[in-house]
Amino acid sequence: MTEVNTDLLVSVLRRAGERGATAADGFLIEDTSFSASVRLGQVDTVTHSREQRLSLRVFAGKASAAASTSDLSKASLERVVDEATALARVTAEDPHAGLPDPGELIDRVPELELEDRETAERTPEEKIETARRAEAAALAADPRITNSEGAEYFDRRARYAYATSHGFARGYATSSFGITVAPVAAQNGEMQRDAWYTTARRRRALEDPEAVGRTAAARALRRLGARKVKTAEVPIIFDPDMAASLLRSIASAAGGPSLYRRASFLLERLGTRVAAAAVNIVDDGLIEAALGSRPFDGEGLATRRTTLVRDGVLQSYLLDTYSARKLGLASTHHASRDGAGVGVGTTNLMLLPGTESPEALIRSVKSGLYVTELIGYGVNGVTGDYSRGAAGLWIENGELAYPVEEVTVAGNLLQMFDRIEGIGNDLVLRERTAAPTLKIGRMVVAGN
Amino acid sequence: MSEPERQQPERFFSNRFNVTPQLMERLLGENLARRVDDADIYLEYRVNEELVLEENVVKKASRHVSQGAGVRAQAGPRTGYAHTDDISIANLTEAAHQARAIADRAGESGTLAVPGRGRPHDLYTLAEAPIVTELARKLDLLRKVDAACRAADARVKQVIVSLASEEIVMLIATASGWTVGDVRPLTRLNVTAIAEEGGKREIGSFGGGGRVGFDFFLEAARWQRFASEAARQAVLKLDAVDAPAGTMTVVLGPGWPGILLHEAIGHGLEGDFNRKGTSAFSGRIGQKVASELVTVVDDGTIANRRGSLNVDDEGTPTGRTVLIEHGILRGYLQDRLNARLMGMAPTGNGRRESFAHPPLPRMTNTFMLAGGDDPGDILRSVANGLYAVSFGGGQVDITSGKFVFSASEAYLIENGKVTRPVKGATLIGNGPDALTRVSRVGHDLELDEGVGTCGKDGQSVPVGVGLPTIRIDEMTVGGTAV
Repeated sequence: MTEVNTDLLVSVLRRAGERGATAADGFLIEDTSFSASVRLGQVDTVTHSREQRLSLRVFAGKASAAASTSDLSKASLERVVDEATALARVTAEDPHAGLPDPGELIDRVPELELEDRETAERTPEEKIETARRAEAAALAADPRITNSEGAEYFDRRARYAYATSHGFARGYATSSFGITVAPVAAQNGEMQRDAWYTTARRRRALEDPEAVGRTAAARALRRLGARKVKTAEVPIIFDPDMAASLLRSIASAAGGPSLYRRASFLLERLGTRVAAAAVNIVDDGLIEAALGSRPFDGEGLATRRTTLVRDGVLQSYLLDTYSARKLGLASTHHASRDGAGVGVGTTNLMLLPGTESPEALIRSVKSGLYVTELIGYGVNGVTGDYSRGAAGLWIENGELAYPVEEVTVAGNLLQMFDRIEGIGNDLVLRERTAAPTLKIGRMVVAGN
Repeated sequence: MSEPERQQPERFFSNRFNVTPQLMERLLGENLARRVDDADIYLEYRVNEELVLEENVVKKASRHVSQGAGVRAQAGPRTGYAHTDDISIANLTEAAHQARAIADRAGESGTLAVPGRGRPHDLYTLAEAPIVTELARKLDLLRKVDAACRAADARVKQVIVSLASEEIVMLIATASGWTVGDVRPLTRLNVTAIAEEGGKREIGSFGGGGRVGFDFFLEAARWQRFASEAARQAVLKLDAVDAPAGTMTVVLGPGWPGILLHEAIGHGLEGDFNRKGTSAFSGRIGQKVASELVTVVDDGTIANRRGSLNVDDEGTPTGRTVLIEHGILRGYLQDRLNARLMGMAPTGNGRRESFAHPPLPRMTNTFMLAGGDDPGDILRSVANGLYAVSFGGGQVDITSGKFVFSASEAYLIENGKVTRPVKGATLIGNGPDALTRVSRVGHDLELDEGVGTCGKDGQSVPVGVGLPTIRIDEMTVGGTAV
């Protein structure tokens, strides 16, 4: 594991103590990234960036405040400490506020292979060439691919360090790499855009750029000739990426902040059925080289594998120390740091695969919608009410018949998870959140 | 930052980082000019403060400082961009070299673009910037809003009040020798109410703000209205029935429902998509894309509005751009790059989230001009349909033109009367033809309260929208009641 320097954090925490903070913790991110986009074979935009941010949380007894800065000069850091300690004096006492108990902190940072240590760094030209190859494959896939929003290659290296005023100081380093391609298909005056991507912690684990380009092209092409359908209540199949979006909504409702605010449809549902019996959902932060993995959470607690839903029954919420204390529970080690302090975040969140192939799931539908894209923000986290714009393919007699657009799919998330009638065997952890193909018994499709 | 510095970006960056306009110009001249078609150096210093009250007490207070510089070089359609959050001469020089590599690589250099100069506006000079208003006054307001929201209805069980204040000091130097700075205040008060009754829970949210001082919230009983509106929306939804599903007549209320314009046509008229030919509106200037009742403008020059700017993030003064005039598509929203490549003038719509992002053509305040109809008459003209007055977010697929926006407060219209509230539902349409079905336009144009944030390519910027009451004859409503 790469050594991450925690001295700066430790000195900032020491100053907070001198300024009257009774406890404090700090998080430091240093990040270097590069991206290159290519459009129609020409370089479009090349970006080099270097960023750093130190965020600090201070406690004055049971009151707390947060501050952060991207200016790590001595004068600026002193100002941040002073501002945070001053702010803590104006916030109210909160009996649940505070750092985790020192005994809970991780003692050994596990090696999760989150950093690509291949020595030969690629040149910008080679990276641009990777994006060019991906786009070229999309453009060559079919004469109807007539235009492109471009292809992008990116890489990012980051170092994280966390320290607390009770002496904890640990860090880790990560890398990530990705390629995306967004071709445009056209036919008879109609234009359709779609995209595909690959992303990984190690460059070698990226999919072949040409394969990404061809998949992107196929996705754009299959949308040509899309039409609206009649309003109806029908079975819906969500492709893996769209099924993963449903999982993100569940995770948000299972998050401590939504729960203690009583703003969640999973409130008071621990130990009860929240999904069909075949549904199992886990959050596993210890998978080697996975994008969502991290050795410890935003409060220094050991990452682990959490079962959220087992056989359709809600087993656990997602909690940081504060929301856990509010709810009278223990932290599930899901604290995440953002600019404004500490929140809750998942690691590698997955709905576990079933046994049916995606083709078999489609074959099981006489008339219904296979959803490949969702747009908009029509998810109500308090009630679970769900209504989003959708595009995809109409299923007729078990076959994908024609593309569909300008429709909505609507229901309620609890009802939708209860009505899961089929779970695909095609789980692939392509991103931090992943699901297999899911079949939901019925939802309302609104169109003509 | 001290008071005089806050008014003078040039002095601010020179005092704090030893980076003067002269130095920026020299850096551009030595490293970029004559090798590229356009180049600029953008410096930014930003302070954000957020105060959050929940469970009757102020629980969260945070303050964030970020600073940095972005250097951009352009040759033909290519952009090299490098940014650093350590503003020093050495880093700026390195960034200039990285950005320039893009131009050198192609071995091509053209004539330098001359950006549209002009006087920057003076749209938000404030007696006291919201970021410097003393905490005690802010905390007092949060407590009063909390109490007012709870007092509005006994079914309100949770209230979250947040007050965000921001100030950005920016300075941009372009390769053609034009240096301009801006100091941008921004504030927003937001109230979220959670109502409970008989085991049912619902959420209501209301807020507003702009490039205004803290006292804005105290004027015209604004904070009381924000508090009672959040409570009213939450309680109202407890009794909401399922929204209808299918195609029907939709009446949109004035103000924030203008998000329709933002999604249905605004994004599709941004210069980048049209230069690339990937927008559903590409090549359609001069064509009819809306009913003749419809005139839509984007105006970044309205004093104190959330979407307004004295100059855009490329140094071009903002303007008022007519997008649709009596149904005919008239113009695009342009940054410097896309304007140059399309042979058009920049419109002052080059915006970026921060120094860490290259500018893109973006909207400012986008709204439809008022028509002549009485809003009550418009509602009475509808036999059966949906009346939507408040919305959550929206999204658009630029290429296919399909857009959505999600109603958070809506009612059934039955026999010309507004009747039962319905649950939230997404409305979906096709940008190039949705506005052709606008059959009535009210005389009641309103701009939104100042809450909008627009996302594009991972960059968020504050925007405004506005709309009079309008009737759209056919729109698909994504409810569950078949």
